Amino acid sequence: MTATRAVPAPRRSAARAGSAFLSAHPRARLALLLSAPLFWLGVVYIVALVLLLVTAFWSVDSFTGEITTEFTLDNIIEVVTGSLYQTVTLRTIGVALAVTVIDVALALPIAFFMAKVASARMQRVLLIMVLTPLWASYLVKAYAWRSVLSQDGILEWLVAPFGGHTPGYGLPATIITLSYLWLPYVILPIYAGLERVPDSLLEASGDLGGKTWSTLRLVVLPLALPAIIAGTIFSFSLSLGDYITVNIVGGTSQMLGNLVYTNVGAANNLPLAAAIALIPIVIIFGYLFLVRRTGALDNL
Amino acid sequence: MMRMRNARRGATVGLALASVALLTACGTSGGGGGGNDNEAATELGETEGQVSILAWPGYVEDGSNDPSVDWVTPFEEQTGCEVTAKTFGTSDEALNLMKTGDYDVVSASGDASLRLVAGGDVAPVNTDLLKNYDGIYDFLKDQAWNTVDGVNYGVPHGYGANLLMYNTDVITEEPTSWDLVFDKSGDYAGKVTAYDSPIYIADAALYLMKHQPDLGIENPYALDEEQLAAAVDLLKQQRENIGEYWSDYLKEVQSFQTGDTVVGTSWQVIQNVLEGEGGKTAVTLPADEGATGWSDTWMISSQAKNPNCAYAWLDYISSPEANAAATSYFGEAPSSDAACEYREDCEAYHAGDADYASQIWYWTTPIEDCIDGRTDVKCTDYAAWTQAWQEIKG
Repeated sequence: MTATRAVPAPRRSAARAGSAFLSAHPRARLALLLSAPLFWLGVVYIVALVLLLVTAFWSVDSFTGEITTEFTLDNIIEVVTGSLYQTVTLRTIGVALAVTVIDVALALPIAFFMAKVASARMQRVLLIMVLTPLWASYLVKAYAWRSVLSQDGILEWLVAPFGGHTPGYGLPATIITLSYLWLPYVILPIYAGLERVPDSLLEASGDLGGKTWSTLRLVVLPLALPAIIAGTIFSFSLSLGDYITVNIVGGTSQMLGNLVYTNVGAANNLPLAAAIALIPIVIIFGYLFLVRRTGALDNL
Repeated sequence: MMRMRNARRGATVGLALASVALLTACGTSGGGGGGNDNEAATELGETEGQVSILAWPGYVEDGSNDPSVDWVTPFEEQTGCEVTAKTFGTSDEALNLMKTGDYDVVSASGDASLRLVAGGDVAPVNTDLLKNYDGIYDFLKDQAWNTVDGVNYGVPHGYGANLLMYNTDVITEEPTSWDLVFDKSGDYAGKVTAYDSPIYIADAALYLMKHQPDLGIENPYALDEEQLAAAVDLLKQQRENIGEYWSDYLKEVQSFQTGDTVVGTSWQVIQNVLEGEGGKTAVTLPADEGATGWSDTWMISSQAKNPNCAYAWLDYISSPEANAAATSYFGEAPSSDAACEYREDCEAYHAGDADYASQIWYWTTPIEDCIDGRTDVKCTDYAAWTQAWQEIKG
């Protein structure tokens, strides 16, 4: 007696054979899926970083500008001990911290209003308003601040009647401009974090006699802290690496990015630039190491 | 579990070390360079249809900045070489961009040209192939900044001085000294500007040459350590009153226009742009100290992809008409007498006056061997100047 099949046997084809093979070999499946993105990550990210690390141990022939590929620690020693690099590193960290503090102070109330107070419709409108500046070019915004902060700019015109003056170009101008540029990046994660705080917790706190401030301090803040830290990672790391804004509105001030830029662009000293570039990498790694314990990285 | 993790970590570290070793090895075999075995071309072939030019702002104008200023279009029509141009703000930038090999031709000042030759980035130029070379002033030919060991590396373009620019509302009398930006810069605190390049140290050295003769500076590009330290001190004092440094000439135009800057070093071309936009500025060459300046050379990249179009450009830009247009727009003296027939301001720039030309201290690369002839001391080289400049900016 012959068994009758309800479904005819599938025709054999290369695609089917391959599919059958992959179905039986999960590791091969995984390898095929991940090799392209991992190759990309490896080549673009890891190799570039390793190359940077290696370059820091080379030197440059001062006259011809050719790179001499002999191992030397001179650049690292120079960067660690040189007073110029210490000053600029401290200045850069100071600017990054100031920008971060200002941004968090501005973002917290805005994000809280968006997440907990505004109606659903208002929420969408506010979200669009926060995101809109991101559509304009970074350079346009920095140059806009250059004319705002100028001696005959709009800020001077606004505050002059009250005896005030524009800060002019310098570190304050840099901090103002960077705070403006990175604000959306701080608002968004805090907003997302606050939205996840259940309203019932706030009501429960109220029912149990918690006043506004104690509710904020004891219920909202601990729950939102990882989100706030996620926001600070953006503003801190973006400020740390910036050199264009400080070039446009920073007057004579230099930040670490400028030193890297002049060593690559003007002085043609790639090894020293690589050594300087290691400073922000070390700082950011230290910062990430600290915040990893708070669970903030889950919010990114 | 623990052991497995350690083994895996070991493998990762091993991999990282191996890739570092591999990269170092690659780099070592690829490094070196230096000397230049290139021979100058002996004859020209067909033009390639395009040429890529790296130049100071105002040297390659195709009418896109000012419709009435255009000497690129006639060149494209004559030779069929489509021009793509990129401008740079400092000689260091030019040097770095030339190393990419993306450009066929460069307009190099004296503080870049020798380094370009030494780095093998530019090729010798056979001047016999250029019809217009004969007409060029003799005192511009075979100079230290365009000829090495008797081999020509380019064609002179024009020369001029770095000028003192001032806001005529604030400074009503024409200044005669650079002390406005040095000893008296406190009067304009926060509104002084300076050129953002290590070569600006020479401007301070030139000032010290007149005002502190004890230092014994003979040539602002030959500074021993003590003299460099004095120049650095002067520039550090100046920095306290600097509003911002400039290397992008459009940024300088803007800050003079808004009044954020009222006095500082500048070029004639910046004044021309400001005049066109109604700025209240003037420029002068302070008589007390004289000035630093430049003498530029058109050079051809050793990696030029379009050498025939490059030669065509060198020949075209040395022709009296094109040279007159380009040098007149930038505000510098042309390279030939014939060019003066196409412009009326040649006298103002003392074109062809070899004595005047010798009074400008042309940009040149500082090297260890003092170029003022001293043999008892070592001079500071450009690397030391670069470092000093970063220190001054702080």
